[in-house]
This record gives sequence, structure tokens and C-alpha cells, in this order.
Amino acid sequence: MTRITIGPFNRVEGDLEVKLDIEDGVVATAEVTVPLYRGFEQILEGRPALDALALAPRICGICSVSQSIAAAAALRGAMGIEAAPNGVLAANIAHAAENAADHLTHFYIFFMPDFARAAYKSSLWYDAIAERFAATTGRVGREILPARARLLEIMGMVAGKWPHSLAFQPGGTTRAIDLGERIRLLSIVAGFRSFLETTVFDGSLDSLLAIEDTEQLDRWRAGRGGDFCRFLAIADDLQLDRLGKGPGILMSFGAYHGEQGALFGRGVFEEPRGVTALATADIAEDVSHAWMRDGATDPALSATIPDPDKVGAYSWAKAPRLGGRPVEVGALARQTVAGQPLLRALAARSGSNVRNRVIARLIETAQLAVAMEKWIRSLRLNEPFCTDDKPQREGRAAGLIEAARGSLGHWIELSNGKISRYQIIAPTTWNFSPRDAEGRPGPLEQALVGTAVGSEGASSVAVQHVVRSFDPCMVCTAH
Amino acid sequence: MAVLESGQSGWFEELRSFGIRLIWHPSVSEATGSEVTALLEQVRTGLVPLDAVILEGSVLRGPHGSGRFNMFAGTGRSIYHWITELAGVAGYVVSVGSCAAFGGIPAAGLNPTDATGLQFDGTDQGGALGASFRSRRGMPVINIAGCAPHPGWIMETLIALTTGDLTADDLDGFGRPKFIANHLAHHGCSRNEYYEFKASAEKMSELGCLMEHLGCKATQAVGDCNQRSWNGGGSCTKGGYACISCTSPGFESSRNFLETGKLAGIPIGLPLDMPKAWFVALSALSKSATPKRVRSNATSDHIVIPPSRGGGKNKP
Repeated sequence: MTRITIGPFNRVEGDLEVKLDIEDGVVATAEVTVPLYRGFEQILEGRPALDALALAPRICGICSVSQSIAAAAALRGAMGIEAAPNGVLAANIAHAAENAADHLTHFYIFFMPDFARAAYKSSLWYDAIAERFAATTGRVGREILPARARLLEIMGMVAGKWPHSLAFQPGGTTRAIDLGERIRLLSIVAGFRSFLETTVFDGSLDSLLAIEDTEQLDRWRAGRGGDFCRFLAIADDLQLDRLGKGPGILMSFGAYHGEQGALFGRGVFEEPRGVTALATADIAEDVSHAWMRDGATDPALSATIPDPDKVGAYSWAKAPRLGGRPVEVGALARQTVAGQPLLRALAARSGSNVRNRVIARLIETAQLAVAMEKWIRSLRLNEPFCTDDKPQREGRAAGLIEAARGSLGHWIELSNGKISRYQIIAPTTWNFSPRDAEGRPGPLEQALVGTAVGSEGASSVAVQHVVRSFDPCMVCTAH
Repeated sequence: MAVLESGQSGWFEELRSFGIRLIWHPSVSEATGSEVTALLEQVRTGLVPLDAVILEGSVLRGPHGSGRFNMFAGTGRSIYHWITELAGVAGYVVSVGSCAAFGGIPAAGLNPTDATGLQFDGTDQGGALGASFRSRRGMPVINIAGCAPHPGWIMETLIALTTGDLTADDLDGFGRPKFIANHLAHHGCSRNEYYEFKASAEKMSELGCLMEHLGCKATQAVGDCNQRSWNGGGSCTKGGYACISCTSPGFESSRNFLETGKLAGIPIGLPLDMPKAWFVALSALSKSATPKRVRSNATSDHIVIPPSRGGGKNKP
């Protein structure tokens, strides 16, 4: 058995170190270390309630709107405030834009460049893929980055700027949209749809989203170009559906709430039971292997106190568990729980793996383009975007939402208008958690086991695919 | 990640067209793991020349000066140690964002990780590298402040360095490029008419000036925020919320960001270089001259009285 350390692990957001024990060229055990802690929860305690809106989003430069929306949702609950329906829609539009931009950034900038590595030089597809996707030099940079920037112009109109906006308030959003702006928003989304239909999918979103099972997907793919199909061809060749198997339980807090409920529902998916209700009271954080002091495990009651010299710890991340079990979160979990037909079919056939995680992100991106159009049209321009309810000064609530990378929760307690407790569990805290007191490894730690690294050891590109397939956001993880 | 929005044909093309080569960038480079540690060893020993080292994020010195709150993965050493070493061989040292410049949010309150900026700890000179630090090209740390900074601020500064146009004389007292810091965030604010008449918004989402009640510090914060567009046409004040002075050292220590602190009914934070008596006198005068249109629109979330002759008394 040899132990190898992989780091700095890049093309993820933030810092990550992975230690692997290798036996006969195969990963036997994995240890995932989050090497950064900044203390946001400690900093928030004792501050005026609404300061959370200024500080919490600054945890992350890539999931900023998600953090804002979770903070606003937690405050809304604790303060007893009702949001204006227009504000909910406007927040959904900005949130979808961030999540779609994140999905594309992941696919084009973080994930695909690994197939342009020299390790694949002998593959038949290599030359074309390397020319298109090589990190920083691939041709696709000239298409994706301007398309991403144009999509994020939604933020200029709805939220002032991105990242880090104070537009997302418990009562709604701070900027009313007028008729001309509605048209401009529709024009941005139309441009985004056109980018997806030409560059990403080489086909209409309607035809893509009508696919219900793997046979239909095979027919739809046949003879088609586009980067989605390029990825599927590589996935077939490398059997990416057999790589990076998740823990088998998929969770979603539900996303994009509105007057008719959530666009993507809340729940837990597990074969063979299918979807069951999520018992949020079963969420607990274990710190047995984190450089954190022991205490309450319920995020509504716990505190975050670093213990840097703790024996046996190896990460700044706590280990969230649902009913004592590690669960996987992300686009695949969200879509499987929501019942998206193709992803349900894929999950039923091969579970959670590198390929299905990537497919889920791209399918969801298409769904978001369609949803944004609908939300923009639904804005009632003569009605308020923000309410002015008088806030309660005492209260306790959780803001449970979905960021691009999965379930994000902010637990807040207010005493006399001040924050007496603030706890955050980010998506990658779930996925990249360390072991718990029972010794159960976190989802990535499980997914890496069995990965064949052969003689490449630490430079194995298969390990890179597994890690990046989760689209980790490390700065959010330990915050 | 803000810089990814820069460039008409994308950031990578922009870098190429100005001859800037990334030796390594954690979010976009191919090299990973041991490839990176080998590369950094070559940079550290001078085998690969380092024109500029760019840091995003505060330098975390804790616990107990070890830097262990932020280890550089795979190296067994902290970012605090790495940045100190790399700064010693770099032509220029650049902070991107108020965290790397001054400490930023992690330095707020108890400062649990002993966070600091590279050459400032809040408003105090010093920080991780010390007040007397000068890079190989004789420059102090260049601070592209802001949370997050505008993509244009980042690239214009870097490009000006490559063309040799940015010298120590082009930085203000906090190391911020003057082409950004010679302006106030207030300049070009689309709410300026409301500001002039002291027609103030009272609640979030209203159109009026945000200074009197809703915490806006744009008249005290440096930055050309309202003279350039953020994400195609936005800014904080256009977005309907206060400037929180994110380009200033120590901005994170404020509380109640969306409320104006007042003393005897007068905002504590007055425009940077305006005598208080004048401000009070002018405010009273302009309030008495405020057209009905401006006063009514200020407390609405959309225009209720359009401009017309007669100050809104006549229907158009």
C-alpha cells in the first residue's frame, strides 16, 4: 500500500487536498482535506440581523447569489417577513443566471480541459478535443466566456452587479424592473438559448428536454454535433458511467420557489424506494475528524469553534449527515429528486457517477433557460418588488435552498435583533465531508475508492475526473 | 472569478493580445498537483522568472502565526509562507480584492484567523509583507481594492503594468491605482437628481437618494463604480442598494450597512471633503426647492410623476 497526496487540486473553486492509499494500482481509501477556514459564522455572531446580507454572500465569488438567497430566506423566516411575489421571481431569475453560468463554467473551464491532457494523446478523439477544450488555449474560450459574460448582464439589471449584491432582501428585491428592462432581459435569455442550441446542444432545447429515456437519448444523439454530444462520445469511450460512484442517496432542498411551489421539488432519492420526504430534523454535523471543537450537532443549535491541534482531525470541513448517513447533493440529485425523466432513467440504470453528474448539469442548464423566460414574462410590472413588513427581533429559522452545486442551508437565530447563532452547510460540505464518528467516509471519499490509477499514481487523470465531476466549491465548504 | 468576465472575446484572448502568460492560475490552468509544486519550485528558485504574483483572499496568519488556517494544498506549507517567499522574487506584487489588500471580511470582528492584507492591516501599514516591502521592480503592493473588484480594474491594472505605465506615483496612499481611486463611487450616480434635492428613499426598492436613510457611502468611497458599467449596465446604487464602501480598508467593520448612522438627525458620514455646516445649509435649501416630481418619485419604486413643465403641477 502506498499513500499519495494530491494538491494543489486546481480547476475547482478554492483549495483542496486529497490523500489516497493505493493498493495494486487501485484507490483503497481516500481522505479529503479542506485546507482553508476563515470563520464567517464566528464573524456573523453578535451583529445586527441584516448584516448577514452583506457578509454571507462574500463567502464565495462564484455562488454569491445562492448565499444571498439562503441568507434572505433564513432572515425572512426568523423575522416573520413575507416577500413580494415580483421579488421572488426576480431573485429566481438572478439565481438561475448564476447557476447556469456556474454550470457552463464548470463544463468548459473546469471539467472538459482534462480530456485535452497528454494522457489521452492516443485516443481517436484527442486532436479535435484538445484543440477545442485545452485549458486557456482551446478555441472554445472565445465562445463560452463572452456568452457567460452576456448571460451575467442579467445581474446588472436585477441585482446591480455580480458577485456580491445587496439586492436580495427578506422582502424581495431592491430594483423594480420596467417594460424596457423586461424586454432587455428577454433578449439576454434569447441570446443564451441560442448559444445553448448552437454551441452546446446542436439542437433545440425543446427536443432535448423531451428526451425521456436512454433509448431516446441515443436516437437524439445520432449524427449530432455540439459539445454535449462530444462529451457523451468521450464518456462512452472512457466508460465514465462506471467512474466515481456516489453513496447512493441523493438529496435536494428544492429550488426556485414561487407562488406555485418549487420548480424543482424537495426530497431524498434512493433505490429502490424512489423519492421520499426530506426530514430536515435529521440533518446533523459531525466534527470527529474536523479541526473543530465538539458540541451540539444540530445546525440550529451548534457553534463553530476551531480546534487546530485536534488529534485525528484532517479537515476544516465538518461532516454533515442525514439520519447518520452521507448523502450526495448537486444537479444530479436535484433533477433525480425532481423527477426529470432522463436523469431518473440514467440514475436508475447506473446510479450517480461522473457521466451522469455532467449530463445533469447540462440538462438543467437547458431547463433554466426555459424557466428564466417564463419568470421574466410573469413579472407584474406595476406591483411592488419589495415588501416593508416590520421585522420581528426574535426568531429562529433555516434558509434551505439549492446552489448550483447542491443543497445550501443557513440556520439563523436572532435575539433582540442581533444574530446570536449562524450556521452554514454548503453543498460541498456534504459532498467533500471527512469521516464521521462511525468512520463512514464522505461521498467523495467513497467515490474515489476503486478508481484505477495504474502506474500514474498521483497524476492519474481518472482521479481528476471523479473529483471535478462534483463541481466542488471549496471556499464555501468550510467558510 | 470576476476577471473571467473581462475581454470582448473572452479573458484568455485578452491576456494573449497583451502578451500576458499565466504561469499558473488555480481556477483555469491545466497543471495540477505535483506539476504545480514542481513549477513553483522553479519560480521560487528563479529558474522561471516571475513578473507578477497576484493574490486573491486575505493572508491568514493564524493560528499562532503558523498560517495553518490556509495551507497551500500538497505542499505542507501555508499560503502565508508561500506568498512571503514568492513576493520576494516577483517583479510586482498585486492584491486583487479588498481581502488581499486590507484583510477584508475575514478580518472583521474577532478576526478569528488573524487575517490581514498583504501590505495593510485594515488602515494600518504593515500587513503580511511589512510597510517597507518593495517588489523587485521597486513597487509597493498594488491594491486593486473592491469586494469584488470590477473586472476592468483588474485587467487595466495588469495591462498597465505590462506596458510599464503604472508607477508608484500612480498609486494612492492605500496602494490603489489612482485611475480608479481618483473618483468617488457617487460620481455619475443615476440617482444624482435625488441627491441634489435631498429627495431620499425611505425603504428598500425606492428610487430616491440612498444617502440620508439607507446607508449609502458613495460620497465617501473611492471608485469609478458609477462611471463604468457592471455586468452590462449595473452598479450598487443602480441596483437599489447602498454603496458600502468596499474599496476602503476596514469597510467590513461597519454595522447596519443599509441604515445611515446619524447624530442629531444628520448623517455621520458626510461627503468626503465637504464642511458639515455647508452640507446642512445646502440640504435645507435644496429640500425647500425640491420639485414635487422628484419628491414623489423618491419614495416610489417606479416613476409616478414624469418630468413636465410646471414641476408636476400640470398633467401632461
